[in-house]
Amino acid sequence: MSILINKDTKVITQGITGSTGMFHTEQALKYGTNMVGGVTPGKGGTEVLGLPVFNTVKEAKEKTGATASVIYVPPAFAADAIMEAVDAELDLVVCITEGIPVMDMIKVKRYMEGKKTRLVGPNCPGVITPGECKIGIMPGYIHLPGHVGIVSRSGTLTYEAVHQLTTRGIGQSTAVGIGGDPVNGTNFIDVLKMFNEDPDTYAVIMIGEIGGTAEEEAAEWIKANMTKPVVGFIGGQTAPPGKRMGHAGAIISGGKGTAKEKVAKLEEAGVRVAPTPAEIGSTLVNLLEEKGLLEKCITKND
Amino acid sequence: MNIHEYQGKEILRSYGVSVPDGKVAFTVDEAVEAAKELATEVTVVKAQIHAGGRGKAGGVKIAKNLDEVRQYAEEILGKVLVTHQTGPEGKEVKRLLIEEGSKIKKEYYIGLVVDRATDRVVMMASEEGGTEIEEVAAKTPEKIFKEFIDPAVGLMPFQARKLAFAINIPSKLVNQAVKFMLGLYQVFVDKDCSVAEINPLVVTEDDKVIALDAKLNFDSNALFRHPEVQALRDLDEEDPKEVEASKYDLSYIALDGNIGCMVNGAGLAMATMDIIKYYGGEPANFLDVGGGATTEKVTEAFKIILSDPKVKGIFVNIFGGIMKCDIIANGIVTAAKEVKLDRPLVVRLEGTNVDLGKQILSESGLDIVAADSMADGAQKIVELVK
Repeated sequence: MSILINKDTKVITQGITGSTGMFHTEQALKYGTNMVGGVTPGKGGTEVLGLPVFNTVKEAKEKTGATASVIYVPPAFAADAIMEAVDAELDLVVCITEGIPVMDMIKVKRYMEGKKTRLVGPNCPGVITPGECKIGIMPGYIHLPGHVGIVSRSGTLTYEAVHQLTTRGIGQSTAVGIGGDPVNGTNFIDVLKMFNEDPDTYAVIMIGEIGGTAEEEAAEWIKANMTKPVVGFIGGQTAPPGKRMGHAGAIISGGKGTAKEKVAKLEEAGVRVAPTPAEIGSTLVNLLEEKGLLEKCITKND
Repeated sequence: MNIHEYQGKEILRSYGVSVPDGKVAFTVDEAVEAAKELATEVTVVKAQIHAGGRGKAGGVKIAKNLDEVRQYAEEILGKVLVTHQTGPEGKEVKRLLIEEGSKIKKEYYIGLVVDRATDRVVMMASEEGGTEIEEVAAKTPEKIFKEFIDPAVGLMPFQARKLAFAINIPSKLVNQAVKFMLGLYQVFVDKDCSVAEINPLVVTEDDKVIALDAKLNFDSNALFRHPEVQALRDLDEEDPKEVEASKYDLSYIALDGNIGCMVNGAGLAMATMDIIKYYGGEPANFLDVGGGATTEKVTEAFKIILSDPKVKGIFVNIFGGIMKCDIIANGIVTAAKEVKLDRPLVVRLEGTNVDLGKQILSESGLDIVAADSMADGAQKIVELVK
């Protein structure tokens, strides 16, 4: 079991004929993702990497039975691409694109109200259920199938955490990058809920960063609802206020969104917060040991 | 991206949002000339820098005649203003706004930001004008009123009226205030602002509702569709290293420490600064070379880091995913040779082709300290710069 995606998820790539879209579609195919096609307006009827290309998402869905899409469309056109996928009633849309104007995302969120589609991202590495389905730009081989769920606002920091787990033989159920933008589709609570309900996820790692109050809200939710152990990390403890730290959403404004506040709220909610990014793995191991879950979480012994 | 007050006011004026008459001046003579043209009873001489708190720092003066305008312009132009937002080094004033004086009856606050919890633009209003809104929020949160705006219909007049009445704008001026708010929202949306703050908004003795100050920030992700806004960028107001970095699509932010950092990915870059601090060091910068770090990008990143005389050593922390470690290692070697690296360099590589990457570094003949993990690397660089 896993959340959001598995080996049966049929995926299309929006922007499949672009260099980024094509490269990552090829990587996904190699990983074993059930890629069924792609969309590039005007290139319908052609073929890329042995996959059929369609002019519209609606047509791609009808012809292939796709339920999920991944978007590698440039920022100026990405909001439109997301809305097209929502209109086609896909279950899941993962938007990798970085640099979408906030005002566009506000419109997207409004458009999505009452619709069935879940959006993950934008400005995220994607979602992976190790050994089954990889949607996004993460390096597949660092992952290991298992029982620890990961949710994160950052890309490379997630890889760092995954690597620390895999080298210890601790596999992952699903890793979800929710992205570094201020307005995004899926938040921490959405993913925590899914992990909490997934019988195959025994523990969760949550990686946040400065800016906004999503971690604080997640802490409240964890305190009231979470039945599984959670390890946290917050990036940006040394970030100066008022400066955007790479991610559009990583900014301390008006004294709000500091790492200190987030760490305090998470600890108050019973989350074990790793003191440094290098200790995310060891912090999880200690917590799993205390809860008697370590053996169950080790999915590979060499 | 930030712009100057006078530029913000020009944008507002073009949307029919009322602001005082005024002109920008780069020299003392231009300032006097502008005041002559305005021909108002009182003239305000305002320093134009990208930071608040100018009044308290002596950057805003009221002149009663042209001689005083000249005197104040001479005094403020070229002066280094130190405010709570500039840092201790301050900002040199290179531009002045020469503006008609207003007889203020009462000061208010109006602001627009993106509310991340609701994914909507929110308009905030308060009767406590002139004070920083964060201060009002901390001390008297009940004095801040908010209206969340549905992007499908925009700010509705009833919402603006609610705010105007809530902050006690005199009844006969409510319509003026509503027009002001609707115009301000239109600017925010049309220009892709990230912040629009009018503090203070004032009601004058002659019953006008006008913006005495204006702070507009723009979403840098949306600048591609606003060349007119990009043209307002003032490079004098930015850190020269940050300007240089932006040319190569590197995300760089200067900090006060002495350990330069080069990392791929924003989250890992932030975490790298944190771990340096954790082991007793001080990061000199945030630098994300991005996922597709080429030799050229790595070289430029090195040059920018080394151009900071405070930097005593460099920590490169790379998690190679799609980007392979051997490519990064080659980039580091080429770049280090080209810039004639003269300070300690610690490199931590992990991920795809890591062994090949480490081999390239060790065979390069360069004095590179290899680290086994992020923690190991951080400890090593902290020790080396001591």
